[in-house]
Amino acid sequence: MSAALSPAASPLAWAPEVWWELFQHFLAWSLMSIGGAITLVSDMHRRLVAEAGLLTDENFTAAIALAQAAPGPNVLFVGLIGWYSAGLGGALTSLVGVMIPSSTLALTASRWVASRRDWLGVQAFQSGMTPVTIGLLLATGWLLAPSVQHPAALLLSAAVALLVWRTKVPLMALVALGAVLGALGWV
Amino acid sequence: MPDPALAVSEEERTARPASLRELFIAFTVLALQGFGGVIAIAERELCERRRWLTAREFVELLGTAQVLPGPNVCNLSLMIGDRFFGWRGAAVALAGMMTAPLILMLFLAWVIALVPHDSTAHGLVRGALTGIAAVAAGQIVGTVLRLAAPLKQHPLSLGVSLSLAAAAFGMMAWLRWPLVWVLLGLGGATCLLTYAVLRRRAP
Repeated sequence: MSAALSPAASPLAWAPEVWWELFQHFLAWSLMSIGGAITLVSDMHRRLVAEAGLLTDENFTAAIALAQAAPGPNVLFVGLIGWYSAGLGGALTSLVGVMIPSSTLALTASRWVASRRDWLGVQAFQSGMTPVTIGLLLATGWLLAPSVQHPAALLLSAAVALLVWRTKVPLMALVALGAVLGALGWV
Repeated sequence: MPDPALAVSEEERTARPASLRELFIAFTVLALQGFGGVIAIAERELCERRRWLTAREFVELLGTAQVLPGPNVCNLSLMIGDRFFGWRGAAVALAGMMTAPLILMLFLAWVIALVPHDSTAHGLVRGALTGIAAVAAGQIVGTVLRLAAPLKQHPLSLGVSLSLAAAAFGMMAWLRWPLVWVLLGLGGATCLLTYAVLRRRAP
């Protein structure tokens, strides 16, 4: 992972005008992010890196790679983009901006659904989406899985899938196993 | 008229968080174990270990979470927190999901920027990340297999709902259709079909 080899903003940088700019950008992206903020990466790159020049291409890529590898929701890459652009203040304003509109909508919509659980239409929506949800989640796993050019890694993925499905082996143990096998160069 | 299957799911769920503090800790603990995505560990912690939700409720909330904008797992946290403690629960669950991982990640970014680029350490970390990524993909697939179990009670038959899941998978993984089309097209059609079946079943 070649994170932050190019110059980034100092962690304690004082840059209210950049914070405000990031906040506005992410506020606008929030309600477009069906499927998560990750679906808007190309647009973010165009606006923040190519047009505004707030951070380097290298740091932008590092933000996404680091957020994928580190624990926690992947949306934290937004905080890292803000961090590389304008330090701690940038991280917080970017994340708050991307979370406020979508969270408000999610809470309102889910309350509406929950209070109408006895409506046939709501039951049809909740049950009806289930197969689609399962198919989409499987597609996510499939797209993240190693390619056939890396048979050992693919075998590891398959073994993990089987263990998670049929046993109660702790997931952290599997993560640790993957890290060790990877560091040894076996996958 | 309430769906009789809902009563069953109420019985299966045996526990709930005692306090906002417990909610916060639960979401912090699960978020910090979520390497390469939080869905797998969320299902394990919330359904299997703590029994705050059944697998079926988990998939239903996830279904609502994914048609809305915003990160699916964050929407899911909001909904689960809201269910137990109203808006304060929603805020606490979301804060639990994001705070500790954010601090950890910014700390990592800061350290990586300070440490000179050492090629041995670099190779080890790169290898470890490859291994973790392979495990993360396997965890998601395993979780899907666990979450598919409630399809047996689906209003559409098991065969039909599995075919619909396969269609959603194919549209995303092979045809690479935009998510919004799959949700609107296939999701909409599936909801209408389910509605027709429920309608016919209702007295």
